[in-house]
Amino acid sequence: MTGLPPPAARKLGLVIDLDTCVGCHACAVACKEWNEGGAFGPLPDQDPYGAEPHGVWFNRVHTYEVQGFGPSSAGSACKLAASAPSQGAPTHPESRPSTGERPVIPDPANAMSVHFPRSCLHCETPACVTVCPTGASYKRAEDGIVLVDEDKCIGCQLCAWACPYGAREFSAKRGVMQKCTLCVDRIYNETLDEADRQPACVMACPTRARHFGDLGDPQSKVSELVAERGGYALMPELGYKPVNRYLPPRPRRAGGTKPETRPAAEPIDTAQMSPLLRWVDRVLSR
Amino acid sequence: MRPTFSIIFFTVMSGAGYGLWILMALASLLIWPERPPGNGMAEVAWPNLLPCGLAAGFLLVSCGLVSSLGHLGQPQRAWRALSQWRTSWLSREGIAAILTYLPVIGIGSAIFHDGRMPVDAMTGGDPLAALWMSSEMRTVASILLLAGSVATILCTANIYACLKPVRAWHNRHVVAGYLLIGIYSGALVAWALAALPQGQIVDLRVLPVLVAVFAFATALLKHRYWRFIDHDPASSTADATGLGSLGNVRSFEQPHTQENYLTHEMGFRLARKHSRKLRTICLIAGFALPALLALLGLAWPSLSAPAAWLALIGGMSGIFVERWLFFAEAKHTVMLYYGARNAD
Ligand code: SF4
Ligand code: SF4
Repeated sequence: MTGLPPPAARKLGLVIDLDTCVGCHACAVACKEWNEGGAFGPLPDQDPYGAEPHGVWFNRVHTYEVQGFGPSSAGSACKLAASAPSQGAPTHPESRPSTGERPVIPDPANAMSVHFPRSCLHCETPACVTVCPTGASYKRAEDGIVLVDEDKCIGCQLCAWACPYGAREFSAKRGVMQKCTLCVDRIYNETLDEADRQPACVMACPTRARHFGDLGDPQSKVSELVAERGGYALMPELGYKPVNRYLPPRPRRAGGTKPETRPAAEPIDTAQMSPLLRWVDRVLSR
Repeated sequence: MRPTFSIIFFTVMSGAGYGLWILMALASLLIWPERPPGNGMAEVAWPNLLPCGLAAGFLLVSCGLVSSLGHLGQPQRAWRALSQWRTSWLSREGIAAILTYLPVIGIGSAIFHDGRMPVDAMTGGDPLAALWMSSEMRTVASILLLAGSVATILCTANIYACLKPVRAWHNRHVVAGYLLIGIYSGALVAWALAALPQGQIVDLRVLPVLVAVFAFATALLKHRYWRFIDHDPASSTADATGLGSLGNVRSFEQPHTQENYLTHEMGFRLARKHSRKLRTICLIAGFALPALLALLGLAWPSLSAPAAWLALIGGMSGIFVERWLFFAEAKHTVMLYYGARNAD
């Protein structure tokens, strides 16, 4: 059924920390490995080991250069990012200094690169589900995970058009749509150790930039993290109500951009030293 | 968005087919009851505009529907697409398309049967009793055909109009555009059919008038639509990533060095480079030329046959260009993540 289930208390999703993500793509590779490779399965890509491999990735990591605003606006921007409510206020056009509204003073001191993993946000009201003519695309009532039933999908690709976030990719090899499953086959898998019942991307992240949990429960660790760090939703103005949250990069520590100061040189009496050390000192002082 | 041939062919062809059926249903409703009962056979004599129009519509719609299956990854499962009519416009379209065949088959077979009835069957007794379809039934069937054809076009248009990530589709011009172009292309086909040597439509003038009026109305709508999509409110990578509060955001490195499904399907840029020229071609060939030819046909009825066929060729080419642009010019929000300005 492509009708959306009534809003459920449980909303499983991911919280992605843009502050600590180093853009290593480990999550994307682990995802590909778990979902496509299996233990001995072939990669269901086109031309997988050839010159032009082409296939589905549920998770893709972008890298952006953020130019950084000048001192006057940087303060307010950082405050805004830190105090934003979790419903995605930083993206709201009114609350954000945009290029159109006032002249932006770029300040290289505030420049940063931000690595940005992009995958399904398991939206609460996703049109990718309602547009599906076959019922292959559905949202689970019990935990809100959005899935594609690959045995029902006719590959019309309408749902990929309906997703603003580019979370769905058509597998030409299989003729059906595919997307992030939030590792539904791991998180409830009783044959795995309790600690391993997490999405593969979360397990793989070397900087712990990815967190998995119930965003519907305000007491959960992920919800607390979102509240504390001002986690936001992507493009909330579209009304899809994403469940996943992104934690904004933290403001730079003060003084991070001051010119480096070397420790002052201590006075040394070379006459006191052995000839070998005097020679070492002379060589190193050149 | 990548313009896929199977979808363009489908929407143009089935649009013309349903437009034609709309006109045929109206003709059957408005012209048929005015005929005195005794003369009924003159109207249904084969071949005639009504059966020809229904048959041509059948061909157009069926070709379009078959071509739309070519777009699917698993066409053998297409029947599943009829199940989700509660939420999905694509599903509703499939159901409406199938249901609309019923009145066509009904009216068509009745005309076919009655039109070939030997004249002596009429002489004895009540001639109308020998007909397959009473005039009330025919009215009902025509209304169903009209409703089904309009509904199918509306469903097709809403498949696109309901997609929020594509601003060029999610606006009020789209549904009106599909309906107008459907009826307009139907009128072009009807006029061309009426100009066939055996076309015996009573009053030919109504068709070129329709062509001219709909050409003007549709061109006006397309002009407003293009003005709308050209005035994109600025949207940027900063909006999509939510990083705008920290500074200007520029895509520095894409996830992969190669093209992927998303950039292939939703990152089509060529059309916007040439959109001025293509829009001009579309307006001139698709709307101005047929309108002029229609006026020509009205002024000199003897020229009406070549004018009608030229108008059909020009008009349909223009509509193909229009539909190609409708897909190819549209931008999807996902391209903002790939560093597009205004989701291009
Ligand atoms: S991110 Fe896209 S695919 Fe995932 S639930 Fe939202 S709309 Fe659907
Ligand atoms: S591609 Fe498959 S899942 Fe997506 S809308 Fe079509 S049938 Fe549904």
